[in-house]
Amino acid sequence: MLELSGVNSYYTKAHILRDLGFSVQAGQVVSLLGRNGAGKTTTLKSIMQLVKPRSGSISFEGQSLTALPPHRVAKLGLGYVPEDRRIFTDLTILENLEVGRQPARDGVYEWTIDVLFDLFPNLKERRQNRGKALSGGEQQMLSIARTLMGNPKLLLLDEPSEGIAPVIVEQLAETILKLKAEGLPVLLSEQNMHFARIVADRAVIVEGGSVKYDGTFEDLDAQPEIRDTYLSV
Amino acid sequence: MGLIVAQILTGLANAAALFLVASGLSLIFGVTRIVNFAHGSFYMLGAFIGYSLMQVLPGAIGFWSSVLLAGLLVGVIGVIVELCVLRPVYKAPELFQLVATFGVILVIQDLALMIWGAEDVLGPRAPGLKGIVRIMGEPVPKYDLALIAITPFVLFGLWYLISRTRVGILVRAATQDREMVGALGVNQAWLFTGVFFLGAALAGLGGAVQLPKGGADLLMDFNILAAIFVVVVIGGMGSLPGAYIAAVLISVLNVFGVAYLPQSTLVLMFVVMAVVLTIRPYGLLGREEVVGEHGQVGEPEQPIKPAGVKARIAVALLLLVLALLPLFGSKFATILATDIIIFCLFAASLHFLIGLGGLVSFGHAAFFGGGAYAAALLVSYVNAPMELAFLLAPLCAGMAAVIIGWLCIRLTGVYFAMLTLALAQLLWSLVFQWDEFTGGDDGMVDIWPAEWLSSTTAYFYFTMIVGIGGILFLRHVAHSPFGYALRASRDSARQAEATGINTKRVQWMAFSFAGAMAGVAGALFVFSKGSVFPVELEIARSFDGLIVVFLGGVKTLAGGVVGAAFLELVKDYLTRLEYWRLALGILIIIVVILAPNGIVGSIRKLAQRSGLVKNHYE
Repeated sequence: MLELSGVNSYYTKAHILRDLGFSVQAGQVVSLLGRNGAGKTTTLKSIMQLVKPRSGSISFEGQSLTALPPHRVAKLGLGYVPEDRRIFTDLTILENLEVGRQPARDGVYEWTIDVLFDLFPNLKERRQNRGKALSGGEQQMLSIARTLMGNPKLLLLDEPSEGIAPVIVEQLAETILKLKAEGLPVLLSEQNMHFARIVADRAVIVEGGSVKYDGTFEDLDAQPEIRDTYLSV
Repeated sequence: MGLIVAQILTGLANAAALFLVASGLSLIFGVTRIVNFAHGSFYMLGAFIGYSLMQVLPGAIGFWSSVLLAGLLVGVIGVIVELCVLRPVYKAPELFQLVATFGVILVIQDLALMIWGAEDVLGPRAPGLKGIVRIMGEPVPKYDLALIAITPFVLFGLWYLISRTRVGILVRAATQDREMVGALGVNQAWLFTGVFFLGAALAGLGGAVQLPKGGADLLMDFNILAAIFVVVVIGGMGSLPGAYIAAVLISVLNVFGVAYLPQSTLVLMFVVMAVVLTIRPYGLLGREEVVGEHGQVGEPEQPIKPAGVKARIAVALLLLVLALLPLFGSKFATILATDIIIFCLFAASLHFLIGLGGLVSFGHAAFFGGGAYAAALLVSYVNAPMELAFLLAPLCAGMAAVIIGWLCIRLTGVYFAMLTLALAQLLWSLVFQWDEFTGGDDGMVDIWPAEWLSSTTAYFYFTMIVGIGGILFLRHVAHSPFGYALRASRDSARQAEATGINTKRVQWMAFSFAGAMAGVAGALFVFSKGSVFPVELEIARSFDGLIVVFLGGVKTLAGGVVGAAFLELVKDYLTRLEYWRLALGILIIIVVILAPNGIVGSIRKLAQRSGLVKNHYE
């Protein structure tokens, strides 16, 4: 449903993505793996058009995204959860969720605040608290919940496990598996191989802005040299 | 007792319009980060449009529908301004948009002059509310009571909109992180337009609603501008209740000021602001602005570098032509060139502060006018020879900058800008009202240069040497270790501190130095004209400097000088036209849209793209 090919992205002058290409199929959880600075975050931002690729094509369900502003990309059904969570700290949890709310879509699970509070009970308790009062883990939950309020067809998760207590990481893994069970495909970027293989069906290894490996975790285990070269374990 | 109550009621009634206009400004700034100088113009338009409507629509219903319609129409005008002028420049460096809004001020001024003429308009009184009510024996206009009653409802309505509706939630979210709001599927461009509509409509309502009290005239745009900035800053940027409290505070104090201490009225609100900001640096109900909270706007800073050989040769040739000017040009051209060089030095000193220091001062005229007045006072009172006065003037301006800088440097961003404005305004009102010492409005005259500089040509060469020397000196300092420390403090105060730079001290020194250099320009100015008037210390002079720095290109070293020369030349030509403000305003808007990096920045970009100039940082 999501196709990238030959994507080149820059930060002003620095060439970050170099002819990057891969795809995500319906119902799949795909993990982008790679070291710091490999280009994972830029990949997700390029999909959202928060970074405009200079060349290459990115399409979602057959529609090209490259000329669209970010809000149109979101309207097409791409839900983006940024690396630094970017919750609105002056808004309450309920208000944060309201910002993310979008009308229901045909054939897509429709998220409501009640359903999300079942999924993230912590948020329910603190629904009138402001964003700045939340812990890192709670902020991550809120950021995901806020994006789910847009009833996305595909979820983009940027390093969800980063800087979060191990207990919460486990909860997070369960949550992603639940989302997958609801039929929501996920593209997540991760440095944590262990976390990635729990939740993901496929690994896409990025280094220096291009794809170095694209396949299952089992096949990756058979090629330890790839893992050792591109991932710091 | 009765009198005091009546005065408080008058103050509360005056606060109504002030609050309406200020809350609009606060909303627009909060969401778009645009410092909308044209907000006073929206207020003026509201008054004139409301007046015209009231001529047509009869009765009490006609009066109040005129007020509402005026608000709506000004809101639509605001949308037009946002779509045509501001939308093309949202991606420009922060604060660049204020130049565009300055162009809008000029355009609206002349359009209002064309439509409504130069005569002041007396506002019609509100049907049904014409009389007075006696409260504790004192007469209070019924209309005042109506205003006092209406304002809290407006405040509540706005508060409800912002804190309880989806639109309000989106607006607050966008205030904090526009990009993320967009990534969640909200078209923030329309959110901006909507906020601009609401903000402009509030200003228009304010203008129309004050008609029975104040009427309409062509000066009301600038007259309210300082007051609404003060209200927004005292209340705390983005806080509606804060703006209301501040509007009441200022208005009530002003009524008492008029009654008991008339000479205080010009400066009262600035004193209040200075006191509030000294105690609460982010206003009464404001909160701290976290640096970088709103993300990087525009492209990252380009490192500056000394001019290359070709550029040096070009500048040398230009100077040579300039030096030959008295030989083949008219006397008029020589005087114009003298004026331009002086303005360039003033602009270069402000550019040093803004471009290299990241310190956007709205009160730089204090030091230009300060230097001019220092020289004039020395000549007039101690009979100092011109040479001595000329040497001491920059020192006096520098001293003033040391003091003002010490007070302001602790603040950042808009709060810093507003405190510099307030203190500059204090200095202005001191000069303006101290008739016996400074001549007040009549200024100081007969301040001529020494014998050997008395000819136009001699003074031109003197200006050239001192002025261009000053500009080169500013450039030199930019490339000195002090300049590095200053730029480091601008780009990342935290990292600079970590490497051992005392950023606040570096900024304070830069502020003082820039003030002294503006003082040099002021001294050059006073001896070239032979006189000086309070207008040289005014907000308008500070804004002139601000406009040319941004117009020329704040991120390029030559920006201030080029912008100043450009505007001065264009003005010299355009002011001969009847509607020169309209022409100048449109020209400024066109330049802003065509050259969002400033004149120098955009020309350089063009040259780099076409391969004429190499980009050394690729």
